[in-house]
Amino acid sequence: MKYTDEFRDAEKAKVLIKEIDKLVATIEIARSRPINIMEVCGGHTHSIFRYGLEGMLPDAIELVHGPGCPVCVLPMGRVDDCVSIAERPEVIFTTFGDAMRVPGSKKSLQQAKADGADVRMVYSPMDALSLARKNPDREVVFFGLGFETTMPSTALTVLQAEADGIKNFSVFCNHITIVPTIKAILDSPDLHLDGFLGPGHVSMVIGTAPYEFIADFYKRPMVVAGFEPLDVLQSIWMVLKQIKDGRAEIENQYARIVPEAGNNAALTAVGKVYELREFFEWRGLGSIDHSGVKVRDEYASFDAERKFAIPGVKIADPKSCQCGEVLKGVIKPWQCKVFGTACTPEVPLGALMVSSEGACAAYYQYGGVKKHTTVRAGSQPVTVS
Amino acid sequence: MNMRPPPPKRVLGRVFIPTVTLAHGGGGKAMKDLIDDVFISAFAGGAPEVLEDQARFDLAALAKHGDRLAFTTDAFVVDPLFFPGGDIGKLAVYGTVNDLAVGGAKPLYLSCAVIIEEGMKVEVLRRIALSMAEAAREAGVTIVTGDTKVVQRGACDKIFITTTGIGVIRPGLELGIDHVRPGDAILVNGLLGDHGAAILCARGDMALEASIESDCAALHELIELLLAAAPGTRCIRDATRGGIATVLNEIADASAVSIEINEAATPLRDEVRGFCEILGLDPLYLANEGKIVIAVPAEESEAALAALCAHPHGQGSAVIGHAGLGEPGRVTMQTLFGGRRIVDMLVGEQLPRIC
Repeated sequence: MKYTDEFRDAEKAKVLIKEIDKLVATIEIARSRPINIMEVCGGHTHSIFRYGLEGMLPDAIELVHGPGCPVCVLPMGRVDDCVSIAERPEVIFTTFGDAMRVPGSKKSLQQAKADGADVRMVYSPMDALSLARKNPDREVVFFGLGFETTMPSTALTVLQAEADGIKNFSVFCNHITIVPTIKAILDSPDLHLDGFLGPGHVSMVIGTAPYEFIADFYKRPMVVAGFEPLDVLQSIWMVLKQIKDGRAEIENQYARIVPEAGNNAALTAVGKVYELREFFEWRGLGSIDHSGVKVRDEYASFDAERKFAIPGVKIADPKSCQCGEVLKGVIKPWQCKVFGTACTPEVPLGALMVSSEGACAAYYQYGGVKKHTTVRAGSQPVTVS
Repeated sequence: MNMRPPPPKRVLGRVFIPTVTLAHGGGGKAMKDLIDDVFISAFAGGAPEVLEDQARFDLAALAKHGDRLAFTTDAFVVDPLFFPGGDIGKLAVYGTVNDLAVGGAKPLYLSCAVIIEEGMKVEVLRRIALSMAEAAREAGVTIVTGDTKVVQRGACDKIFITTTGIGVIRPGLELGIDHVRPGDAILVNGLLGDHGAAILCARGDMALEASIESDCAALHELIELLLAAAPGTRCIRDATRGGIATVLNEIADASAVSIEINEAATPLRDEVRGFCEILGLDPLYLANEGKIVIAVPAEESEAALAALCAHPHGQGSAVIGHAGLGEPGRVTMQTLFGGRRIVDMLVGEQLPRIC
């Protein structure tokens, strides 16, 4: 575990926390209200909970868990489309593990599997392509899901399938792009954000230039951050420093992985196979212009949407679900009307309760221990922060 | 003189074809031959005089071991059947032996029921039966009764094994999941998550290579040593499916205590950490087949730890945390990084994260 443990050093963390404390004490706005920093990416949300970072930070910092969990923002109608493809007898439907439990309007892929659909968990789209090679009499569909992080791997798989002349492989494309979504959040009238932790793995592909508008137009600082706990703390410090200095810039904390210009080979593959959709429906956020991609006409034979008739029915989010407000940072997960009651990881009503990267599931599972301590009569409180 | 001729000596049947067919479950000679050739010869070590429909025990002999019977059953379904460090046969014996032993019982007898998918190679079945026999010898138990069914292809996955165990608990020994008190020390007997990681690796669908072996082992001896060294032991649970996180939650809940563990003290192999890191899994939820979670009064924790460490199955034992007066049922972990988080029950199965 060399090269990761160095980024999990508790002693260095203490030093950083002290520096953050010092910095916060000098920031004017922190005296009247908390400083709201959104981590856009679900991977950061996961690290924050896994290492208990919220409890280590001063109360004056509120972390807002953003829309960067691709499993969470998948609308119900798209899950229904998945299930309808998966239930075709000729289809082997392949998916990343954590998409199995996302509820559709009638069932999840996990339930469809129990009902007899051939749904298989894979770890890479290339595994799905090998399945297609091994099962020439079946149609293998890969559930393409994720931001720019996973987009190149499905694009390359499509290119490989074409090069190898494989006809029984297709992608059900639900890839989404992060930048229009950040813009939609910034345009929201009830916005309370002071700065952003930028997504590390997405930026490894797209570079840092696409975020410039956040600093230039919206005057908010963003620091592209790594995923180890020291990365996250250092990035928070960098955002605070910008706030303190009155700067709004795009900085790159994760320079060991993220080149400013992104990854040209990955971008080329993506550009070859995909083009922007006019709009894409997000769970909790509604329809966002140019926020998703689809397979280009040249590769139509690898597009599950064209290969199979899908219902394509738009299903409204449940009325009681407040995922949208949580995603925009307007309310905290536990302030949602149905958090922990009608909506739990066992029976998720809203998308954020589904994946372990979803803010609500993370709170439920790992506990927002700082803010969410409950005390039962006769027992001593858990003192956590 | 009119003497009766001696009963003909029972001769064990033999199977002469390489594959199990539905005929082997039909109740006729084919089935008798399969049971004789594969199971009886492995378990009984020769031809028993007579075969009854049930095993019979002398109550007085049982009572010499203690004053209460312990009785447990477990079904084993694992893919692949053979994996680094063990196989389904070993699991089926050790699993049930451990379920008895963690209650403080001396494991004595097992039953073995198998459901076989037609098409199974007899040689594979024989390997499993011999492995069970060896595991039973090692664990000091006898497999005394069993059943064999053969089902159509697709109706089960190669072979399912159910074992039921009987053991006896000595007088005065009262272990209970609801006996844990605030201040008690929480121990484990070694490196966690090896079995779960070994099985996931052995499935081979992740193109990950790691030299991780299952930890499957019979723990009755270790537990005997522990109970002698720490007679005040409150409770022992084996941390199989759901890992130690699940067991800790069950204990905290039943005993109405909080439990806090320390990530730095939690023994993990580097390979398992790396494996979990790549797949986005949490080692606290990985299955073990030779690991127990133990609660002892704080003053006995050193003696308990020393006893565990003295046994081969206790290498790497550690005190990982304590029960406390916090919110009853709540399990938390002090992270290596200096933060603190809740360790909850797993909802469904652990699914690898997307990126």
